[in-house]
Amino acid sequence: MTAFIARRLVLLPIVVIGTTLLIFALTQLLSPAMRASLFVQDPNQMRDLEAIIRKYGLDRPFYVQYWEWLKNVVRGDLGYSFVARQTVAEAIRSFFPTTLELSLFSFGLLLMVGIWLGTLSAVHKDRWIDHLSRTVSIVGTGLPTFVWGLVLLLLFYGMHPWFPPGRLSLEAYLYVTSDRFRSYTGLLTLDALLNGQLWIFWDALRHLVLPVLTLSYFTAAVLVRVMRSAMLETLRQDYVRTARAKGLPEPVVIRRHARRNALIPVITLASLILAGLLTGAVITETIYDLPGIGRWGAQAAQQLDIPGVAGFALFSAVLVVLGNLAADILYAFVDPRIRY
Amino acid sequence: MNEAPTVPQVLPKLRISRLTPERSGVGEFLRRLRRNPLSVTGLAIIVFFVMVAVLAPVLAPPPRGWRDPYKIPNESFAPDPRPPRPGHPFGTTSEQYDLYYGVVWGTRTAFRVSLTVIAISVAVGLVIGGFAGYRGGGADEVFMRVTDVFLAFPGLILAVVIVAVLGKGLDKVLIALSLVSWPTYARLLRGEILSVRQRDFVEAARALGASDVRIFVRHVLPNTIYPVLIYGSLDMASVVISAAALSFLGLGAEVGYADWGQLINLARPWIIGAPGNAFQYWYTLVYPGLAISLFVLGWNLLGDAFRDIMDPKLRGQA
Repeated sequence: MTAFIARRLVLLPIVVIGTTLLIFALTQLLSPAMRASLFVQDPNQMRDLEAIIRKYGLDRPFYVQYWEWLKNVVRGDLGYSFVARQTVAEAIRSFFPTTLELSLFSFGLLLMVGIWLGTLSAVHKDRWIDHLSRTVSIVGTGLPTFVWGLVLLLLFYGMHPWFPPGRLSLEAYLYVTSDRFRSYTGLLTLDALLNGQLWIFWDALRHLVLPVLTLSYFTAAVLVRVMRSAMLETLRQDYVRTARAKGLPEPVVIRRHARRNALIPVITLASLILAGLLTGAVITETIYDLPGIGRWGAQAAQQLDIPGVAGFALFSAVLVVLGNLAADILYAFVDPRIRY
Repeated sequence: MNEAPTVPQVLPKLRISRLTPERSGVGEFLRRLRRNPLSVTGLAIIVFFVMVAVLAPVLAPPPRGWRDPYKIPNESFAPDPRPPRPGHPFGTTSEQYDLYYGVVWGTRTAFRVSLTVIAISVAVGLVIGGFAGYRGGGADEVFMRVTDVFLAFPGLILAVVIVAVLGKGLDKVLIALSLVSWPTYARLLRGEILSVRQRDFVEAARALGASDVRIFVRHVLPNTIYPVLIYGSLDMASVVISAAALSFLGLGAEVGYADWGQLINLARPWIIGAPGNAFQYWYTLVYPGLAISLFVLGWNLLGDAFRDIMDPKLRGQA
């Protein structure tokens, strides 16, 4: 296992450098003047474009430019995003908690629903509950996030104004931005509890309901299908038959013997789930007007804010690479048959 | 169901299977497809969309002298959507683009986008993945790392970057989505080639003195291409969703282009309706939303059928 993890750790920096190279190669399609914004930390610097172009060698061969740019990236200087009106590093710091909070809630919900419904479906194969869960999941894999999100918005904000868009109501927003409220994590629900302000907690939670439902449906639907087929596979195994023959009660057989083993292939979905949450966040945050990195990335792309787009994409790629590494290590840890 | 079949039960089956000729090919494929009502539904949906796409000029004829049929005709630029009425069976969006026309011609756009992206990805994957898999060694290692890099990005996010750099537009969306999806095809093909390369018939061809190119084209490729094509059919749905998502974000087709994602983007500002009547503008979302959801559903159902039929491990299992 050590060798397997060591190989992954050696490959990790290669892939990360590769992602920077890919992003950099894409920016090479732009003119030097447009690329200059990748190097500034302050819009005022843009007044003297010539100086920036000369300083960072933007008119020199690409490897010189890449080196200059990479030095900046390593230092955390990813340029100035005019959409966010701050540097890219600051923008990520201020927008990421919103996305993280949204993703964490969605992740929890989709894991619970996916595993529960997938198990239920397999145990009651070809009964009405199985048909119901398969229908729900087939609809979920077909319904594009932006259609589903708009439907939810129409029903639960347009028709019944229960769950408004945005991150907080105005009242709560004013309180949160005042100095009576201390921000610990940036996750509003958690901060509200730490500040002992239960009403802000409920307000933030109310604003999370629709985005979380929007973001988790597709991935939960995929998870239900994988979980169902993995359960069907393990339920046929000899050790499950042995457990039944021993006279163990059926719920114990399902929980302890079948489901535990069926969860192993689910770990391989981690990469898909993570990528799905990040991609979904772009759409979901745009629909519900949540100030997260996804909405920022989409706006940056619309308004040709190249440092914003590049920073957002690099950040997402690093998240996915780290997530995959964690999943691989977990997989090798959980399943002793994996020893590359 | 779980007890093992007894010998007399097995024997007649064995005899039958030896007497009847091996079933394979298109006939068997269709026979399996017919057995599952969901696959038939999927097939029916796709056939329906193919017909809509083919018959678009008949179903929604563009006005006389109209240059580009993909540009939706509009009579005025009035900002508020208007409900279905004679002449506009699905209503009109803001700026009065006819929804019926947009949905019908949008079907063509959906097919054009998905088929183009998949064709480009298969072609690129074929060349690069084929080379890496057949050669192996250092070339293969480099290839794997390059695809690792592409696959590190969530697909849509990399596509967003590419479109941002290239500029907006449907043609840029095609380039972006092809760039994003070729590594999956290349890897799939490489894997297939790695397993076929070792087989006896390749060895035999080599022993007969066939050249590398000839072995690859005549012996390796025909035995590896089918999984790639199956995957391509599974991919139709996700390509259409990604393209529509880019249009929805305002990065794809321009306003007024017959594209489902773009129509849904036009519906967005009106989605919560008017005070007291949440459903006032329902048609702006329902028609294009239904079109794309059904299209994706059809491909997903069909894709499931392909997978079940092609994967012997899953055969007989629901």
